[in-house]
Amino acid sequence: MELILAAAIGVLAASGVYLILRPRTFQVIIGLSLISYAVNLFILAMGRLRMDAAPILDGANANPADYVDPVPQALVLTAIVIGFAMTALFLVVLLAARGLTGNDHVDGKLD
Amino acid sequence: MAALNHIAILPILVPMAAVIANLLLGNLRPPSRVRLNLAFSVVLALVSILLLVALAQSDGHLAAVYPLGNWPVPFGIVLVADRLAAVMVLVTSILSLAALVYASARWHSRGTNFFPLFHALTMGLNGAFLTGDLFNLFVFFELLLAASYGLTLHGGGRNQVKAALHYIAINLVASFLFLIGVALIYATTGTLNMADIARAVPLIAPDDRGLFDAGAAVLGVAFLIKAGSWPLHFWLPRTYSSAAPPVAALFAVMTKVGFYAILRLWTLVFANSSGPELAFGQNVLLVLGLATISFGSIGALSSKALDRLASYLILVSAGTLLLAVGYNAPGVTSGALYYVVVATLAAGALFLLKDVIDQILPAEAQVLAVSLEIYGDEEEAADDVDEVSRTVPGAATLVSWCFAIAALIMAGLPPLSGFVSKFAMISAALGAGPTAATWWFIAALIVSGFLVLVAMVRNGINIFWTSLPDSDTPLVRTAELAPIVVLLALCVALALAAGPAMAFFTETAAFIHSPQGYVDVVLPREATP
Repeated sequence: MELILAAAIGVLAASGVYLILRPRTFQVIIGLSLISYAVNLFILAMGRLRMDAAPILDGANANPADYVDPVPQALVLTAIVIGFAMTALFLVVLLAARGLTGNDHVDGKLD
Repeated sequence: MAALNHIAILPILVPMAAVIANLLLGNLRPPSRVRLNLAFSVVLALVSILLLVALAQSDGHLAAVYPLGNWPVPFGIVLVADRLAAVMVLVTSILSLAALVYASARWHSRGTNFFPLFHALTMGLNGAFLTGDLFNLFVFFELLLAASYGLTLHGGGRNQVKAALHYIAINLVASFLFLIGVALIYATTGTLNMADIARAVPLIAPDDRGLFDAGAAVLGVAFLIKAGSWPLHFWLPRTYSSAAPPVAALFAVMTKVGFYAILRLWTLVFANSSGPELAFGQNVLLVLGLATISFGSIGALSSKALDRLASYLILVSAGTLLLAVGYNAPGVTSGALYYVVVATLAAGALFLLKDVIDQILPAEAQVLAVSLEIYGDEEEAADDVDEVSRTVPGAATLVSWCFAIAALIMAGLPPLSGFVSKFAMISAALGAGPTAATWWFIAALIVSGFLVLVAMVRNGINIFWTSLPDSDTPLVRTAELAPIVVLLALCVALALAAGPAMAFFTETAAFIHSPQGYVDVVLPREATP
């Protein structure tokens, strides 16, 4: 499972970096989204991978070792929301740039 | 001192209330709306002064600690207002008040939602300075960035949208790097509280130490992007020079957030814990600072327009601050804190001044001045007779004085506060025992000061001696000139009160450089505000 997750993060991040370096704004925004998925998975992985373990303690004398760390999950939730909002905002600017410059090059010029 | 602890959250709450009020009262008529926003900004400035004065006066009470929601400290989010944070909050508040007064004359009506975005940016800045939690720092970073994206586009045109596109893309990548760094640090230390990280670092297992260093380095890259450090700064001049002037003035404090974050975390975690050998990343900071100063100075020499010049001056100050942090000596840090206040206020004033000068000068005159410099003035000899009787009108005199003062401060020439700060840094560096780094440091400060002086003087000659219209008195609004004068007057006042100010900054720097003090203040407290 570690291997699959690591490979998924690697592939997502690599594709994202490649797309960010492309000249079209749409490619850039897809690249940013892919990187954000990679980062979210990465944060989740940093809380140690556990199968079938709940993040919320129940009972007064529960053993913390039976549970998964809840903090990375909370962080991921925040990161997803913020990343989503920022991507939406970037999309608006992207459309404005398309409208004002007449093409979708990141520098606003025809190649 | 429970009351003092409660003040710590007010610099965040006041701008938030302003945002909410602006959204609720969206259809308020312009005059009363402007007054409402000015009132909020004044309140914010007063609160910040109150916080700083309260911290400065109480001996032994080094920082106000405010656990949000009264959760016990390492688990909940905590706000920590020590003197460093309070100074930065005060600078932000003053600059935002000045920029808001300036914008209230004209600029706020150039686009929609100026006021809510402006207050949101202020709130994000203050929050980033006050928070004591790494992930909360990320959230406030995003808040101020989101507001700055909107403000970059304010009064938009083609150039602004193009600059904003690059700015947003780069900062989104920086945010992802930030998250990766935070995640790695959490994985190795198991905490996000800055004081708790400082406590946990010596306890990290040797196998995990490399992972922690990698996380810190990734986090450092994210901060260096914000701070405008050399290989990561290419977004900066374009974004700053195309933004609306009051927005650019407030952006002057935004690069300082990167500096603040590096100073806070680096001194807390790395600078003192690694024993006699060079602290982690110190060489990198020194080299990057040097490169940033060089690039900024050369860029300043190369820029013909005042707004680009001001952007490169921001880079020069960013490089100076990086060098000072990397130098890692309390004396140098205290000089750097003095410098950060002065440089931020003066750079803000310069961005505003640029807009006033644009109004005085006809646009063609500026182009003329630039082309004169390139191609030479063939009629120069014939004009000499008229030069004697030329009178500079009153407003133009004031503007040129402001420009001269800003130039003196930026270049660090003797009578004013720019000199005091550089003198403090250099004498502290020499006093701490000169090494190779000392000479690089001194050379960088002095040479960059000289280059900045040349650039400013050349620009001043172009503007005030070559291009100023002869006869007609320029009309400059009081609301636009007043904030510039006040900002520069504050810099001058800081030079007059250099003794007490330096004493204050020396104490602040001593607190920064003893991380144990910070940890002690934050961690063992009972959560009873």
